[in-house]
Amino acid sequence: MRVGVITFPGTLDDRDAARAVVVGGAQAVSLWHGDADLKNVDAVVLPGGFSYGDYLRCGAISRFAPVMQLVIEAANKGMPVLGICNGFQVLCESHLLPGALTRNSDLHFLCRDQEIEVVNNQTPWTNAFKQGEKIVIPLKNGEGSFQCDDQTLAMLEGEGRVIARYVGENPNGSRNLIAGISNAKGNVVGLMPHPEHAINELTGPSSQGLGFFTSILHAMVK
Amino acid sequence: MAKIVVDVMLKPEILDPQGNAVASALPRLGFTFATSVRQGKRFEIEIEGEPTAAQLAEVEKAAEVLLSNPVIENYVVRVEK
Repeated sequence: MRVGVITFPGTLDDRDAARAVVVGGAQAVSLWHGDADLKNVDAVVLPGGFSYGDYLRCGAISRFAPVMQLVIEAANKGMPVLGICNGFQVLCESHLLPGALTRNSDLHFLCRDQEIEVVNNQTPWTNAFKQGEKIVIPLKNGEGSFQCDDQTLAMLEGEGRVIARYVGENPNGSRNLIAGISNAKGNVVGLMPHPEHAINELTGPSSQGLGFFTSILHAMVK
Repeated sequence: MAKIVVDVMLKPEILDPQGNAVASALPRLGFTFATSVRQGKRFEIEIEGEPTAAQLAEVEKAAEVLLSNPVIENYVVRVEK
């Protein structure tokens, strides 16, 4: 089981994401933004950071990276893709996921441990969780406010495509407390908080983030 | 040489925290005229000679694909004299 982790110029969390993939039980394969080859990976993680300096809009330039053309094509054919934080922004800019991530409602960059509820455990990235399971993982971003029009919101809610919600006070102004969503097939998931920073209690608030990385293994073995 | 300007604004229904922050800063400085402020982006694109219809169509396309995110933003393309 090979899980690719893409590094763009300005990506920060690729090392942690690769380590989470390994601790989850899969092989991590480094992919470079300029690669014209997905190296036979079975799934891809787009990690967090500030790809291309967040110039223009977060994720707007990464979308056109050579490797993303292959990721978009593979994702449309059903390959599992997880975008975390900046990776979520890249997936929205790539139109693999609907909506957009905009500036936090209070304008502050947030960095804190955040409780979220997994509200759809039927995706390849969330099947290790119980439906409604609450976990605590880091949230760290400046542009994490999920926005979309009313019609899109009704579609996401109606089709069960909201996969995680913030618990308690809305940290960033996201509509319906949305922390993560999936595409219609469920193989593409975007998540604003960071499970890869919560795989070990020595360095994170919990080890509950690991579930996203063991999920993908379950999904592949099934 | 001509200058093509692309103005990109958040759609009216999208929350603009930066515009709101500016709107609340104005009265603190004694400027009491504003009832609302929205903040956007302006791109100034220089080209050789007068723009042709084909070139303007290309700029429109670039505005749609790259300069704006049509999910949350609107854009206007114009030639500056």
